[in-house]
Amino acid sequence: MKKRWLSILMAAALVAAMPVCAMADEAAEGEPQAVTTVGPEDGTHFEMWSFVDAHNEFYGKMVEKWNEQNPDKPINITFSTYPYSDMHNKLMMSLQAGSGAPDMCDVEIGQFPNYTGDDCPLYALNDALAPYEADVVQSRLDVYSKADGTRIGVPTHVGASVMYWNAEIFEKYGLDYKAVKTWDDYTELGRQLKEASNGEVFLTSVDTGGVDWMWIAMAEYGEDWTGGLDGEVNVQLDSVKKMMTMQQEWLAEGIAMISTDGHIDLEAGFKNVSEGLVASFPKAMWYMSRFTNYMPEMEGKYDITTIPVFEEGQKNSVGIGGTGTVITDQCANPELAAEWLTWAKLSEEGESYIWSVLGFDVCNSALWFDDAFAFDESNQYNTFFRVKPYEVLQELANNDAIGTIYTTSVSPTLNDYMCTTTLNEVFEDGMDVDEALAEAQEYLEMELM
Amino acid sequence: MSKFKKLFYSQKVAPYVFVLPFMLSLIIFWAYPLISGIVMSFQDISFGKRTFVGLSHYTKLMGDKFFAIAVGNSVEYMLLTLLLMIPIPLVLAVLMESRLTKAKGVWKVIMYIPALTSVVISGMLFRMMFSEAAGSQMNQLMTWLGKTPIAWLKTKWTAWIALLLLCMWRWTGVNMLYFLSGLKSIDTSIYESADIDGANAWQKLWYLTLPLIKPTTIYVVTISVYAGLSMFLESFMLWNGNSSPKNIGLTIVGYLYKRGIEKNDLGYACAVGMVLMVIALIINVIQLVATGTFKKEDR
Repeated sequence: MKKRWLSILMAAALVAAMPVCAMADEAAEGEPQAVTTVGPEDGTHFEMWSFVDAHNEFYGKMVEKWNEQNPDKPINITFSTYPYSDMHNKLMMSLQAGSGAPDMCDVEIGQFPNYTGDDCPLYALNDALAPYEADVVQSRLDVYSKADGTRIGVPTHVGASVMYWNAEIFEKYGLDYKAVKTWDDYTELGRQLKEASNGEVFLTSVDTGGVDWMWIAMAEYGEDWTGGLDGEVNVQLDSVKKMMTMQQEWLAEGIAMISTDGHIDLEAGFKNVSEGLVASFPKAMWYMSRFTNYMPEMEGKYDITTIPVFEEGQKNSVGIGGTGTVITDQCANPELAAEWLTWAKLSEEGESYIWSVLGFDVCNSALWFDDAFAFDESNQYNTFFRVKPYEVLQELANNDAIGTIYTTSVSPTLNDYMCTTTLNEVFEDGMDVDEALAEAQEYLEMELM
Repeated sequence: MSKFKKLFYSQKVAPYVFVLPFMLSLIIFWAYPLISGIVMSFQDISFGKRTFVGLSHYTKLMGDKFFAIAVGNSVEYMLLTLLLMIPIPLVLAVLMESRLTKAKGVWKVIMYIPALTSVVISGMLFRMMFSEAAGSQMNQLMTWLGKTPIAWLKTKWTAWIALLLLCMWRWTGVNMLYFLSGLKSIDTSIYESADIDGANAWQKLWYLTLPLIKPTTIYVVTISVYAGLSMFLESFMLWNGNSSPKNIGLTIVGYLYKRGIEKNDLGYACAVGMVLMVIALIINVIQLVATGTFKKEDR
């Protein structure tokens, strides 16, 4: 009799264990990497997700400050950090399902178009943003809005693109990178560098897995391949053709290399930069934190200037990348959440943390010209480079030189096609630029119309 | 006996009790998602709203060149894995059974260990090994051989070497174990009588072993067809995301993920999934009919 019970028990245990075994593998991937709770227990409770631990640390600090300043409406937030795609998938699924979403969540700009649809259950932030609207760079608010102007995301930074130069290399070979104003000058500098270094140092690296260069070209000519919020997609633009053709020539001449693994914001890219294999590259301001985090040995070696132009007088920067923080309709107290969130990300207190710790170019442009804010010597970014980064930013602002490329519902498909197909065809296989772009256009029209 | 005990020992009820857990998991985790998936493939889905769009997802699929690439890649991958993952593990299993092989347990463990590692980790390791950087293992090997470093994961055939090696490294041990269990079930007296009849080792393999482990082979082929067609994570990890240069690593499930999750078009993704199911069904049914699985046993 005992034996029979034992065998029933074992059989039951086996059956019960089966799904657990099957799920164990999945669970390890779906779990947050870090969970922290900040604020008093009697405060209004919120859940917040991010895919960057540093963002959650920043929000945590802002919760503490908020509670000091607002003892009448304390808040308490539980922060979870998930891997990038995990978090976006979880958010999408929980919004689709109507339950399980956090109160607030970071959404990366490339993913944002998935949330700008008409029925998307996100809280409108227009009222909460009103006190800050006048000071904040408008295009940054626009990129996190629906087509009808409803603001649904709070921006983190401008992401103005600038030129990074390994000044030490150019000094070593006696070349003057500061005189470069146009892309022709830049190409000429590349020829000189190739000759001086016996081809050991490349002027720059060309991306097959990223579209930053194309964005810069489009901003210079005031074009936009997405067509803006209500336009039609068109990749056969003069600016894009010019940039691709020029880069093809660089590769043919041996002035530039193709970015290892696709683009320069990866481990392999950091290696190429820190070993001096590439001497310059355009990238958004936020790339500064890559230097302090991954290439600290480059301190004092790198300089930052504005990006060359095709024709003088053009804009020479564009806002690249970013994170919009949203409030979902599953939040029980969205007014308070919105009040805190906009304060945390756009007030002077929040912005000074964003600049000093995260190293971003802040969206509140009123602060760019505040010397105490911008040129604070205790800020590591002000001493790491050969220039104070906000000097470059001020120059861009004075010339109204920062253009906008929209991230719209066509962007995921467009970027995907460029990064998997077109850029590889043009740079790896040397395919004719017009032909490659015509092929891309044909695909996109079929796909999106 | 009390009523309860009677019920408990009832021979009529017992079978249902035994199959209940399986039936429940089948209904909840298989039948419901399947039916729901079929319905969703005819709908546009957006944040709780569903609108029927008829066959439009399927007509769009017909002209979708990335879907064609994905189907091509998946079928190709399946065929190549079949070519590699049936004969090699079979030969290894026969070797394992041979009296001449020493330390069988050690070999079996070594062969099986890769199956226990997470695809995420093994994919990352292979990505680093096959990196285009000059310092990656494979490129160092190339340098030693006097060749120039290769951008392994950027052209199809070099990338597929990595993909197939990853597959073999992970699954050879598992398939070998299936074949081993098949070999163990063969009665040794058959071999003895073959010896008496003067059959050599090759004849014994060809005329005895292979026909006798046919059920195992059919099983391994069936699951390999399905595993090959549904491959996704290997490619996802090897290219650190779902985008490979010129889509050389795009598979059907990868495309389903891209559409459903990355582009938030679950309806279209379900249509992709339905096509995958139909392809897998057709191939498996053809193969099962051809191997005589459905025939009544005439014993």
